[in-house]
Amino acid sequence: MSILFAVLFYAATIVLVAGLGLKVAQYVRVPAPLKIPTTPAPLTQGGAAFRVAREVVIFESLFKSNKWLWAMAVMFHFGLVLVLIRHVRYFIEPVPMVITLMQPFGIYGGLLMIIGLFMLLGRRLVLPRIRYITGPSDLLMLVLLIGIGCSGALMVNFVHTDIIGVKAFFLGLMTFNWQKLPADPLLYVHLALVAALMLVFPFSKLLHVPGIFFSPTRNQVDDARERRHLAPWAAKYEANKTMP
Amino acid sequence: MADFEIPVLNEIPVVPTPKPGATAHLKSFPATKQHQEPLGYPGELVDNWQTKAIEVMGELLGKYRSLPVFLDSCVKCGSCADKCHYFLGTGDPKNMPVARQDLFRSVYRKHFTPAGKLLGDLVGAREMTRELLDDWYNYFHQCSQCRRCSVFCPYGIDTAEISMAAREIMDRIGLGQKYCNEIIGKVYSVGNNLGLPLKALNNTLEGLEEDIEEDTGHPIKFPVDVHGAEVLLVTPSADFFAEPHIDGLIGYGKVFHQAGISWTLSSKATEAANFAMFIGSYENMVKISRRIRDAAIELGVKRIVFGECGHAWRVAYSFLNTLAGPWDFLDPRYPVPQHICEFSNDLIKRGAVRLDKSANDHMTLTFHDSCNVARGSRMGDFEGGQLVIPRELIKASCGKFVDMHPDTIGEKSFCCGGGGGLLTDDLIELRVKGAQPRMEALKQVVENDGVTHMASICAICKAQFTKVLPYYGMEMGMIVSVHQLVSNAILLGSND
Ligand code: SF4
Ligand code: SF4
Repeated sequence: MSILFAVLFYAATIVLVAGLGLKVAQYVRVPAPLKIPTTPAPLTQGGAAFRVAREVVIFESLFKSNKWLWAMAVMFHFGLVLVLIRHVRYFIEPVPMVITLMQPFGIYGGLLMIIGLFMLLGRRLVLPRIRYITGPSDLLMLVLLIGIGCSGALMVNFVHTDIIGVKAFFLGLMTFNWQKLPADPLLYVHLALVAALMLVFPFSKLLHVPGIFFSPTRNQVDDARERRHLAPWAAKYEANKTMP
Repeated sequence: MADFEIPVLNEIPVVPTPKPGATAHLKSFPATKQHQEPLGYPGELVDNWQTKAIEVMGELLGKYRSLPVFLDSCVKCGSCADKCHYFLGTGDPKNMPVARQDLFRSVYRKHFTPAGKLLGDLVGAREMTRELLDDWYNYFHQCSQCRRCSVFCPYGIDTAEISMAAREIMDRIGLGQKYCNEIIGKVYSVGNNLGLPLKALNNTLEGLEEDIEEDTGHPIKFPVDVHGAEVLLVTPSADFFAEPHIDGLIGYGKVFHQAGISWTLSSKATEAANFAMFIGSYENMVKISRRIRDAAIELGVKRIVFGECGHAWRVAYSFLNTLAGPWDFLDPRYPVPQHICEFSNDLIKRGAVRLDKSANDHMTLTFHDSCNVARGSRMGDFEGGQLVIPRELIKASCGKFVDMHPDTIGEKSFCCGGGGGLLTDDLIELRVKGAQPRMEALKQVVENDGVTHMASICAICKAQFTKVLPYYGMEMGMIVSVHQLVSNAILLGSND
């Protein structure tokens, strides 16, 4: 089992990093040939960066749209962030003070995240128009996240696992000094689902994570009249009069 | 009066339950050979259209960052779902922006993503079948490219970008839309959207000059091809004869006259509109834009000003520098191009043009923010100027002004229902139904605040409202040009 999980996590990490790297490379390579910020848009580079930051941190546009959906999304994402911070302690030694202080918040975060996910799932099943746009993969993604959340929460609150052993296993993976993974079915479930999430990340709608940074309607500066914006292929077209 | 049901206007907006297929029968006339070929597109659906469509999709994915980012990023949250006026007005779920995108996304998944190739249906990947192509044609011509969905999407996904790309793909496999392509053809062959020949235009303008002089006693001129004029005015051809557009044109003329700024129209650029944006064609956009550059060089003007037109202003403000710049041969003290509202408002603020509001005392105004102006451009030198400046201009010309509900104006403005290349009689049912959210907001201020008129700065909005207002029991004369108000209020003659 330990070997299986070791291989699984190496593979998942490689797929995640390489897959995301390729996607980001594509987004960088393909130009945005026209100025298409959704206006009113910031007039400076700093302003545009701040706009993107607001989208990333407080989900500004979603807030404009629908307060309920916004609340569910915030519960899930903020809960997840707290949980991830809590998990840092399994990957570094010694554990920094802040991370130790954050531990209890991680537990509340986990609950918040699970409640948020169930609400999002309920919304998908109940609202007719959202049901219409929901595909099998959208449901599977929620189920996967709920599975990760619930298996984790169970281990924290009820069926405690040998956390020292888990940490040793992951530190071992990171330093190529392999250790045994504690034999615990719930832990296996949790880790297998996490690996699955890492594997599907670069091929699924989770690409909204890098995507938001590259969205031209949000990251472009409104300076079309002041600065001439010309994509490389458009410059070639202008010079040769034939479309490359 | 209509053979379809007119939507009800509610006190509080209602989001419809999806009615699948509600607008499946609404299909605008496809282009024929004679509309396709002048634009460089095949005259009919090519034999290997499937392969060709995928090939063009691949090309566009490599040219427009918006496409891969938007296609990959959507999480199907549905935040955009109830924001499209065509969904709100028709209930057809394929008019929900995300579902509209999915028509495109399913093919993208199938051919350009590992997950789609491997898992197919599970991740919503679909082959480009004839049935799907028909859906593409219908529903990508039920999107006015208004960008309202983009405002509310957490990733800024703009369905307009997707529908532009879809139309480009369809054009290139030989399935274009008649309305847009015929109009672009007219710009190439005659010089403007309406196919108005120069002689007719000159006659119209002469007649206009005589009428105004009779009315006001002032010799307001509408010059064409005057070399060395200070300003080149580029305006939608509808301004030359449609109502209430022409009243706006008269307003521009009076402002130029009163400010003593020499100006000219160009026979080479008798059209501000650039319908190539609607069909997502960079090449045709360049070709149409270059006419303006050529005209400016030929006439030796120092500034370029655009008349009241929504999408034309988006192309002008956001794209013109890219498509036909650089503009370094013009006077660097002014932005290129300028909007007529910026131009007039500035003169009024400086006192170079004076107004008497009482001339419009018989009206209470509201203002319809046109999509392309509100969400795709700017005026002035500050963020949001495109929302502020037209209102300042209206308030300077008219004592009574009331805004519609805040969720229906500014960046959240509802489309008139006729933008994006849909202003054609074969789509009248869609246009009437798509106008429902705007009509609802308008009716509210009419009933609660005594609004009598709605001003607009877009040729398409003006034409669309004139047509659809009567379906909702309102007067078509309610819709006015912003410069019509200026025209009524302007004090001609000596400025002291
Ligand atoms: S761009 Fe406008 S018309 Fe098109 S899907 Fe979005 S909201 Fe609807
Ligand atoms: S709001 Fe954006 S992410 Fe959400 S469903 Fe619509 S397009 Fe997709």
